[in-house]
Amino acid sequence: MNSMRARHENETTFHPVVLVATPILALILQAYVPHLFPQFVILDLPLLVVIYFAITLRGAIEGTIMGMLIGLVQDAQTGRPIGVNGMAKSIIGYAAASIGVRIDVENTVSRMLLTAVFTLANSVLIYTIERRLLGFETHWLWLYETVRIIANALVSVVVFWILDRLRRKG
Amino acid sequence: MESIFSRYKSLLVLGVVLLVQLIALATQVHRPTVAAVADARTDGHHVRAVRYAVDIVVAPIEKLFTGMGHGARNLWRNYIYLRGVRRHDYDLQKELDQLRVQQMSLMADARQGQRLQKLLGFRQQYIYKTVVAQVIGTSGSDQSRVILIDKGSNDGLKTDMPVITPDGIVGKVRDVFPNTAQVLEMNDQTAGAGVILETTRIRGILRGNAAGQLQVIDLLPDDRIKPGERVLTSGGDLVYPRGLAVGDVQSIGPDKQHPPYIALTLRPAASLSQLEEVLVITETTGALAGAGDGDAQPSEDTAAGALPTAGTADGAPLRPVAPLHPDRFTPGTVPPAADLRPGAPKPEGR
Repeated sequence: MNSMRARHENETTFHPVVLVATPILALILQAYVPHLFPQFVILDLPLLVVIYFAITLRGAIEGTIMGMLIGLVQDAQTGRPIGVNGMAKSIIGYAAASIGVRIDVENTVSRMLLTAVFTLANSVLIYTIERRLLGFETHWLWLYETVRIIANALVSVVVFWILDRLRRKG
Repeated sequence: MESIFSRYKSLLVLGVVLLVQLIALATQVHRPTVAAVADARTDGHHVRAVRYAVDIVVAPIEKLFTGMGHGARNLWRNYIYLRGVRRHDYDLQKELDQLRVQQMSLMADARQGQRLQKLLGFRQQYIYKTVVAQVIGTSGSDQSRVILIDKGSNDGLKTDMPVITPDGIVGKVRDVFPNTAQVLEMNDQTAGAGVILETTRIRGILRGNAAGQLQVIDLLPDDRIKPGERVLTSGGDLVYPRGLAVGDVQSIGPDKQHPPYIALTLRPAASLSQLEEVLVITETTGALAGAGDGDAQPSEDTAAGALPTAGTADGAPLRPVAPLHPDRFTPGTVPPAADLRPGAPKPEGR
């Protein structure tokens, strides 16, 4: 209870420019860098940004809306129907914000574990939406998903560290 | 009532957000009716508007990044790293001279081939006009193999135009915006093309799989198909001109989803994962440049020159012996097949 009160006293805020520019930068890098390094596509920078802002701001509604907007923009850049990533990232944003209230998310290890779990959840959601709702012939590749989870968890340490520098303590 | 709403406010927002997106998804899924097949891959106006809005924001920044990257690379390559350039230039010049000679010979062969095809009433599409475009971005997702190019409707691009590189086919234009366009790569799961195996002349359907590989499906097991065989476009899909390189056979295996068919996995001819510049075919034509109708008359000299010849011991070509009693099997007595019409009366004397 004391730790909850202490966390509420240390409410984190961001400059509005950071809240707008960071997702845009993540989306642009996600679209541009695989053109130079195709292996980069295994990372999901927009997902990391959704997770970070959701667990840091601890607002379920903010997390949901941010997840939806980022997901929809990602969908618009693909040739797939718009809404697949939007739905998946809305749920991730909501879940990450809900968990951010309950557990310590300042610790590097817990952040990595959270990122790993949410990366897996994101893939499962997208697979389910595409396979069950849209009837696409998608396949689940365990090895690929494992590599993706590990890669995103490792990169999240760097991304979250950079984003921590942009925080303002309330 | 108010307390319940405030207590579950965030959950309600999530529910509304998901419901709205679910409805949006439902409106985008087309039923595979016969009437909708031709339009099945196209977006509605509202979806196109969303894609265009994102393109307006993202494309200029990606163009800037691409421009900066090319600037830095050009600075390094053109002004700093010039080791071995003179030698390379000399080698290229030699190669160019050889290719020019080769090209002249090939052009003559191509024109002759076209004349012969015309005699047989065979129609072939030749690439007539292309637009060079630079790749400025990707979909950023491994679920969708889409690239963004820096040319759009202002440059004459239209939906479904084929996109190639000098090495082979890349895909086709999916969505066109004024200054950019989305290209659906061949290895996307929703892409497809008609292909033909170069030596065995077996036809199949090219598709991408979940791992981003090219596959030829709907083939019956055939011992003649071997790894390394080249695969070309067949032209049957009416999108890609005939004879463009697609790739070569890497492996042959059973098609698990459609037994007893087999599936060929291809090594793509064009480097689909690292494209920098592509060519969009904006126009095709039935004639090669410089080969007019006047050239279409059969030329005995050129035709005989390229065909395998048989001759007498003294080198004179073989001629058919004049018949004692001309009949309907005698060469020249029957009009060419091109002149025959179904239902027409028989020629006299037959």
